[in-house]
Amino acid sequence: MQPILNVQNLTMDFGGIRALDHLSLQVHSGEIVALIGPNGAGKTTFFNCITGIYKPTKGDLLLTPPGKKTKKLNGLKPNKVTEQGLARTFQNIRLFPNMTVLENVMIGRHCRTRSKIFGAIFRPPGTRREEEEIIQDSLDILKKIGLAQLANEYAKNLPYGAQRRLEIARALATNPFMLLLDEPAAGMNPQETLELDELITTIRDDGLAILLIEHDMKLVMNISDSIFVVDYGKKIAEGSPEEIAKNPAVIKAYLGEEIEHA
Amino acid sequence: MLSFKDIRQGLLVALWFIFLTFPLLVIKINPIENSVNWRWLNMVYVGSFSFLIYLITRMVMARKLERQKKIKLGLVKEKVAWSIKLFSQPRLYLPLLAAVAVFFLLFPGLFSTYQVNIMITALMYVVLGLGLNIVVGVAGLLDLGYVAFYAVGAYTYALLNMHFGLGFWTVLPIGGVLGAIFGILLGIPVLRLRGDYLAIVTLGFGEIIRLILENWSSFSHGPSGISNISRPGFFGIELSLEMSIVYMYYLTVLMVLFTIFVVNRLQDSRIGRAWFALKEDEIACQAMGIDKMKTKLTAFSLGATWAGMAGVMFAAKTTFINPASFTFLESAIILCIVVLGGMGSIVGVIVGALVLILMPEYLRAFSDYRMLAFGAILVVMMIFRPQGIIATLRRTYTVKGDLE
Ligand SMILES: Nc1ncnc2c1ncn2[C@@H]1O[C@H](COP(=O)(O)OP(=O)(O)O)[C@@H](O)[C@H]1O
Ligand SMILES: [Mg+2]
Repeated sequence: MQPILNVQNLTMDFGGIRALDHLSLQVHSGEIVALIGPNGAGKTTFFNCITGIYKPTKGDLLLTPPGKKTKKLNGLKPNKVTEQGLARTFQNIRLFPNMTVLENVMIGRHCRTRSKIFGAIFRPPGTRREEEEIIQDSLDILKKIGLAQLANEYAKNLPYGAQRRLEIARALATNPFMLLLDEPAAGMNPQETLELDELITTIRDDGLAILLIEHDMKLVMNISDSIFVVDYGKKIAEGSPEEIAKNPAVIKAYLGEEIEHA
Repeated sequence: MLSFKDIRQGLLVALWFIFLTFPLLVIKINPIENSVNWRWLNMVYVGSFSFLIYLITRMVMARKLERQKKIKLGLVKEKVAWSIKLFSQPRLYLPLLAAVAVFFLLFPGLFSTYQVNIMITALMYVVLGLGLNIVVGVAGLLDLGYVAFYAVGAYTYALLNMHFGLGFWTVLPIGGVLGAIFGILLGIPVLRLRGDYLAIVTLGFGEIIRLILENWSSFSHGPSGISNISRPGFFGIELSLEMSIVYMYYLTVLMVLFTIFVVNRLQDSRIGRAWFALKEDEIACQAMGIDKMKTKLTAFSLGATWAGMAGVMFAAKTTFINPASFTFLESAIILCIVVLGGMGSIVGVIVGALVLILMPEYLRAFSDYRMLAFGAILVVMMIFRPQGIIATLRRTYTVKGDLE
């Protein structure tokens, strides 16, 4: 089967530093793929390259949306990448703090809606309908994520775990077929992590593919279909959770981290 | 509440101010008698005044901190701002709104032509403030050259009126469109810059436009400006000077209402949300599929459109314009209106404009100290109420169905 995301020999240099070194990775439809590695290994940089925030030095980024032709992501602006159906969250939460929870999700609907200045000022029926749909769709997503009762709260007032979930909700609002999550469990307590685990599986069951950066080994081993391990920008291992847990190179890279524990 | 440390600090502050103002306020040289006049009393004034001010600020700040601590500990509830209380209850604000409407409707009948003229000026600044509010308050693009678009509008009317005899109503939309075009032309290269860089470049652009108007005499009549610009026509009827001022007043009120209507609808729309989000976090915005350049450009050029239309009205009101009306100080004042009133808040900007424009007019007695008072107010506001007179509040939605 053809992968929906096919990254070939991705290389990214920052001045003299090679943050990514000929990294290849594939994600297939409906899979949860984890990208793990020590701090500074280049995982976030990998996301930034795919989503157009950084321009990769070398390599190909190929995206095959379901039922569509393969498209090269290289050189696309971040908003165009999102339009292709690839949505992401950020390691350091980047919500719109002074907007309400609902509005945060409504922003996600932006790229799937059309009304312009004329519509904004004169509010013809089409615009009204669209606006109502935006609100309704956003609310539905919030319900699914379990944040509906906080809809009118400012994003900055949410507890940490809820903020991370809101980031996922906002990403889902862009109608992606693939979701990139950058350390979604960071800073969560075990209970919140467990709920996140469920949430991610539900999203996958809705038909989305998920590429996940995560430090929480237990979470990763639990839910991933395949795992890629990077260190110093290079891929050191790939395979199923069982294979990875046994891989000596991985154990060495994590030196002391309780990988077998999971 | 005040500790010994505060008092010592206060004395230091007083000393510092005495030192700073010493050459200006204490020493007075009499060149005729070749003598120095020492005004020691001034020194005492400066010293005690700055000492007192310092202590008062300390006290207010300490109280504020105390409150915040208590709020954090959950001892007291956060106070709901009076403006939010007011606007959340129709019972309170509807009568107020009616009173304001009646006041503005009857204004020309109640006050002299002189007062009406001042009010027209203030209302024009309301329009300018609301226009700049889109750019700075909502979209977060610091534009220090806003007056350039105002000048574009004013000269559009002046020149088209002089050369082709075009009337106010024809030129009003043309001025707006030209403002927008200039906004787009400037915006395309400049909006790639962020924050302070954008501020500097727009500032430069404002000065360039003014310098062109000043020096390209064959085009703009240079510093002497253009006079005898027609007032707005009233169905072809000749109006007396007084009547035409009253007419202008109502036109301006209409323009304000129109602006409020449009700005309000824009803010509460897909585009308006995107502007606000862009101000909050550009990268997150792009990751949500928002085209950064396009969105910024619409905000920037819409703001310029309003400046252009306000410019046309300004030229029609004064019937005379020259480049001196479009200095950086104008941009600064409009920016102050937005910041002081409350970034992004329509009511705030209106109140800000009325306060900042009317106050100096009615404090003419202190005209020497106008700029001083202006500066002092801004400093005090930014320390104690950085969110402006009226803080913005995001819209909440209730949807048919439920929020569970
Ligand atoms: N914008 C940048 N400029 C220079 N170096 C960067 C930049 N972004 C990331 N890096 C470097 O790339 C390496 C990988 O960083 P990152 O992708 O954040 O790691 P991870 O997410 O795996 O912890 C680090 O050495 C980091 O310093
Ligand atoms: Mg990272």
